[in-house]
Amino acid sequence: MQKKNIFAVAVAVIALAGGIVWASDHVDAPAVIGQSTDITDLYAFQGATASNLVFVVNTQGLLAPSATGAAKFDANTLIQINIDNTGDNVEDLVIQAIYDGTNMKFYGPVAPSSTGLKSKLEGAVTAQVAVTAYGAASPTMATGANGMQVFAGPRDDPFFFDLNQYHKIIAGTATGFNNPGSDAFAGTNVMGLVVEVPKSLLGTPTGGKFNVWAQTKKKI
Amino acid sequence: MKKIFKNLYLVAAVLVVAGASCKKDSTTTPPVVTYYMGGDAIGRPAINTVFVTTADKDNFNGTIPSVMGAAFQTKFKTQLLALNPGYTTNALTLTADQFTGLLSTDVLNVSPTAKTTFFDGTNVLTGRALADDVIHTELLLVFGGPAGTSNPTLTDDHVPANDKAFLTSFPYMASPW
Repeated sequence: MQKKNIFAVAVAVIALAGGIVWASDHVDAPAVIGQSTDITDLYAFQGATASNLVFVVNTQGLLAPSATGAAKFDANTLIQINIDNTGDNVEDLVIQAIYDGTNMKFYGPVAPSSTGLKSKLEGAVTAQVAVTAYGAASPTMATGANGMQVFAGPRDDPFFFDLNQYHKIIAGTATGFNNPGSDAFAGTNVMGLVVEVPKSLLGTPTGGKFNVWAQTKKKI
Repeated sequence: MKKIFKNLYLVAAVLVVAGASCKKDSTTTPPVVTYYMGGDAIGRPAINTVFVTTADKDNFNGTIPSVMGAAFQTKFKTQLLALNPGYTTNALTLTADQFTGLLSTDVLNVSPTAKTTFFDGTNVLTGRALADDVIHTELLLVFGGPAGTSNPTLTDDHVPANDKAFLTSFPYMASPW
């Protein structure tokens, strides 16, 4: 039994201590490390206006302030929010965002012409906003014809976690967390996307909850 | 096979000629549809990083949610029991099979009516707000046992909040450092 446990812990160490800085979804997989496609986090919550839902998709995490001014969205990377409202974990609606070099253009919420890994831009642009520059006094925001409010640009990474201590625990060099802990994401930025949508555009979910996930996709 | 291609080429050539002859003066090109695929995916926080082995991480990002459970539940269970060999149930009274069954379909559940939060003591998986201490919640569910009191040094990283205050209105996230 003891031997089995040691083996199990060893497996965990090998699996988790990959030698890279990760957390939440930051740099979670080999193919997205250092890429514009790397998603750090997805958030979904009720807006300040109770009839709206807010979706936040953050990418390109762990940006030091000195690196944030040069960080850019990628015109070849589609950011897509998928919404299942029938309970089968297949997207019934998508909200898409693509950068054109100046503006972030948004499509949807709209039923996609096909589901799954491969996508194309669906329908017409429903909102667009100039990407807020690093150092801007205030964020640039815009509202689309369907009432959708949008933002794109650098923001403080809202994620917080004592990642370094977790690494030590997994590596076997510490037995637990410290109190207080130390936020490994303090002082770092992300390239963020915020979309606030009237709930009325998303339908009524079967079972009382939407199932939501975000994807980044590269132009092929 | 080669012949088929050759024939297809001829047909295509004929079509091009036919098209040109009836739309001689048109300079319109057919619309080119751009497709996008691959990349990253996320539902709940930290799932790929915690429950997916290194060899499977890209594969997990490339798996659509509707087939994730069948592909990954058993692997997630192995990983859960590697992290916490003493796992019985957790504060949500989920067995290892039930807990990994829930997590392996990596989507964020969002209520349009209830308070939207990952977990606030009352509401469970009704969304994810910026201020939610999702890591504490996940550590509790992985290490805390049925009462949330097991492995007390592993159930809280003691970083309960962000380093900058969030905004109460759009765009909600704080300005960059």
